[in-house]
Amino acid sequence: MSYARRALAVAWKDLAVERRSKETLNALVFFSLLLLFVFQFTLGGDRERLAAVLPGVLWLGFVLSALLALGRTFLVEREHDCWEGLLLAPGDKSAIYLGKLAGNLALMLVVEALVLGLFVVFFDIDLGRALPGLLVVVALGTLGLASVGTLFAAMTANVRARELLFPVLLLPVQVPILLATVKATEALLLGEPLGAVAHWVKLLVAADTVYLVVSLLTFDVVLEG
Amino acid sequence: MNLDPIIRVTDVRKVFGLVPVLDGVTLEVRGGEAVALLGANGAGKTTLLKILATLLRPTRGTASVAGHDVVREPEAVRALIGVVAHGAWVYDDLTARENLTFWATLGGLATGPDDVAAALAGVGLERAADARVRTFSAGMKRRLSLARVMLGRPRVLLLDEPFAGLDQRARKWLEGRLEAFKAAGAALLMATHSFGRELGVADRLAVLAGGRIALDTARGALGPDDVQRLYAAHAEESL
Repeated sequence: MSYARRALAVAWKDLAVERRSKETLNALVFFSLLLLFVFQFTLGGDRERLAAVLPGVLWLGFVLSALLALGRTFLVEREHDCWEGLLLAPGDKSAIYLGKLAGNLALMLVVEALVLGLFVVFFDIDLGRALPGLLVVVALGTLGLASVGTLFAAMTANVRARELLFPVLLLPVQVPILLATVKATEALLLGEPLGAVAHWVKLLVAADTVYLVVSLLTFDVVLEG
Repeated sequence: MNLDPIIRVTDVRKVFGLVPVLDGVTLEVRGGEAVALLGANGAGKTTLLKILATLLRPTRGTASVAGHDVVREPEAVRALIGVVAHGAWVYDDLTARENLTFWATLGGLATGPDDVAAALAGVGLERAADARVRTFSAGMKRRLSLARVMLGRPRVLLLDEPFAGLDQRARKWLEGRLEAFKAAGAALLMATHSFGRELGVADRLAVLAGGRIALDTARGALGPDDVQRLYAAHAEESL
């Protein structure tokens, strides 16, 4: 019970700070809009070319937004040395990780919903039957991104070149997630049912499970430095 | 005063890179006793406090709190200590009440809204309880930090410049609170390089210079001028 309360307290605190400051959310929305404009100008109205690149472009938008959001996860803890307080909190530190992860997931899903909505408008896409399957793929892909991203954000929080190191560490580890999400999204947008991409969904579930378990087990060591 | 030391530091050495900051520090603090740790900037006061708070590992030597080794049993040590560090450990976009509630929940404390309200009233922040910390002065953040510590009722208080940024009224108030902690049997270790009110709270003065405790004496044995002279002499020695 105490474990869940501590995780919820961290998630609540992160979301309350973000809701009031809107520092990350504002940056992400602006960045996403900028990306969409660039893609729109580059791809134009060629439907054939659009269909070929759209899944990759969509996930590029998600991943770049995620890099911005996740990289800032522990910056709030550096102000007034709150990091030390987290470190000295008694009990299993993985509760702090779960709280941080929940906060990151909430923020990323809000931004992704916005990006997806804007994609539909900008590129005149009819999601129709693909939407339920797409939501499953986006949810699983986001969990994979956020689970490792939260761990690596903690790992690089006190490193001088963290802005450089964070994506360099994160992106190679995300290859299975990116591969599965882009391929599954491509098939779903072409009108295939979720069952047809079950192998990609299984890969996502497996990768998410491994990332989450490894992160939970190693967060204590990462936080203690 | 309890005669058994609660804080025990034995021959602690701490090296950063090739630079030894602490080099054979030995110190004991008993329950109900307050020790002021004096020293120039860079003398190693904060480093020693961080070792006792389990935030740093000593390169050599041992340190324990209530018999628990800070390296081998950090969780047991963390459950006993209250830390007022350089940073106030506050979130600017939360209110004072929310900050205290968050840290109490994270610390697994069985505190309710009344305890939080009482802690805020205790540090004179009851009127600012629902204001965002972003609007607070440095002194108010310091008081909020002290309220957080007092909520946990620790057996050992590790204070890094506890009087810094406080006005005269708040200093007097803090002096009273620290005396109350001592009376309740808590051990206090305060790092400072000033000669203000904190020395009034201290039972002993320990001067840290050249990486060692250069002087450890009862406060009553020395007048204010003696303390300042000794401190200056040892500060020069550490340069």
